[in-house]
Amino acid sequence: MIQIDINKKLHGANGEMDLCVRLDILQGDFIALAGQSGSGKTTLLRILAGLEDSNGTISVEGEIWQDGKSSLMPQKRKIGFVFQDYALFGNMSVEQNLLYVQKDRALASKLLELTQLSQLKDRMPSTLSGGQKQRVSLCRAMMNRPQLLLMDEPLSALDPTMRTKLQQEILALHKEFGTTTLMVSHDPSEIYRLAQRVVVLNWGKIINDGTPKDILLKTSGSAKFSFEGELLDIVQVDVIYVAIVAIGQQLVEVVVSDDEAKALEIGQSVSVSTKAFTPRLKRV
Amino acid sequence: MIEMLDGLEFGPFLLSFKLAGITTLILFMISLPLAWYLSQTHSKMKPFWEALTALPIVLPPSVLGFYILVALSQSSPIGVFFEDVLGIKLVFNFTGLVVASCFYSLPFMVQPLQSGFESINKNMLEASYIAGKGKMETILKVALPNIKPALMSAIIVTFAHTVGEFGVVLMVGGSIPNETKVASVAIYEFVEVMDYTKAHIYSAIMVIMSFLVLLSVYMFNGKQKRSFV
Repeated sequence: MIQIDINKKLHGANGEMDLCVRLDILQGDFIALAGQSGSGKTTLLRILAGLEDSNGTISVEGEIWQDGKSSLMPQKRKIGFVFQDYALFGNMSVEQNLLYVQKDRALASKLLELTQLSQLKDRMPSTLSGGQKQRVSLCRAMMNRPQLLLMDEPLSALDPTMRTKLQQEILALHKEFGTTTLMVSHDPSEIYRLAQRVVVLNWGKIINDGTPKDILLKTSGSAKFSFEGELLDIVQVDVIYVAIVAIGQQLVEVVVSDDEAKALEIGQSVSVSTKAFTPRLKRV
Repeated sequence: MIEMLDGLEFGPFLLSFKLAGITTLILFMISLPLAWYLSQTHSKMKPFWEALTALPIVLPPSVLGFYILVALSQSSPIGVFFEDVLGIKLVFNFTGLVVASCFYSLPFMVQPLQSGFESINKNMLEASYIAGKGKMETILKVALPNIKPALMSAIIVTFAHTVGEFGVVLMVGGSIPNETKVASVAIYEFVEVMDYTKAHIYSAIMVIMSFLVLLSVYMFNGKQKRSFV
């Protein structure tokens, strides 16, 4: 069990903010941390890693990492940290990056094999692609068999195919090492695929905490099919109004009534839902 | 040409290089923690330390030399302490030159190292701490190897700058052959007694060597930058 009860005053881009988080995490859980940028997600990870100080307590499996009086140095916490920008040691080869953490050749070669990097073990980081670099970074984080694996948007700089591949590898490593994982992510499909629990932060506070299904599936009442998007325009065509809504990367047209059109404002967030028919799913 | 070089005394050059070598070594050890501190600190005192470190760049060497002379002479507590307690005389000898050069060349070691450390991705250093490594190991195994061009610049420019120093050396050391008479002082003396031939030869040697040193720094840095892209 990991028990977190911390608070810290932050001076962010949006003014002063209180980061105030109370969270109990079961050992072996995979938790996704979501929320708008500037909501304190990265700071929370850095506090857990001991890279930033805060008030309050953190205990991991009965061991006190931080209380009112003292705080364990990052060196003494058993954590792995995966940075968004990889942060590999540029002067060391792939294998040396891993061995720098722990001189355990067997573990290093096992990790490199799991992530299909064995062939690249003597390469320097500057010669690797983004996906390869992030894999090395992931392996490096696992080298001290962390009790807590912290990942700060590890996949956001990668293309979708590489993301999917790395998501599988992250899940495989998480299970293989039985570590507890906390990962910042904005991608709903990623969260759904990986996490057992989603914690949503807003303005330094937890505003939502539950299973990915409960939190990410934005249907309400009897609506079975619902998307959130931004209202771009309302166009009058003869006697009807057509609303143009951007949902993800796609634009859709929805017919709205006279009254509805008047109640809507361009630029608003809207949800488009239907319940009257069964949507058909076809391969594209 | 050969006859001209025949009667030449190379002692001053050897002395210059000995002085530069020892100064560079001492400054490297002093500047490493100082530059690291300056690169990592958010303290309000940072500008104060930075200004103090950079002072030798803007001060006339005679001013610096004068204060060092006063501070190290037997009429000052520091000079008395060194002479009476440790038995070391600090002015008009080689030891005094080393002390003076360390002050004079300090910014040339600290500044490149500091900006090198500042340019390192902070996450890389944090990754090293998380890997369980302390500050010293992180500096030696992660920070320094990742700022090789800055490290090379710091060492070589400090060395070259010490070889080229004149005013401070003359103030603190005078011109005692094989003790404090370095190449730049020797040239000054040749000009004073109007021995232009020797002044020419000495000066030419200084120009060529300085150029070669700088050329090697720039070539090395160019190569390093390409390999890091």
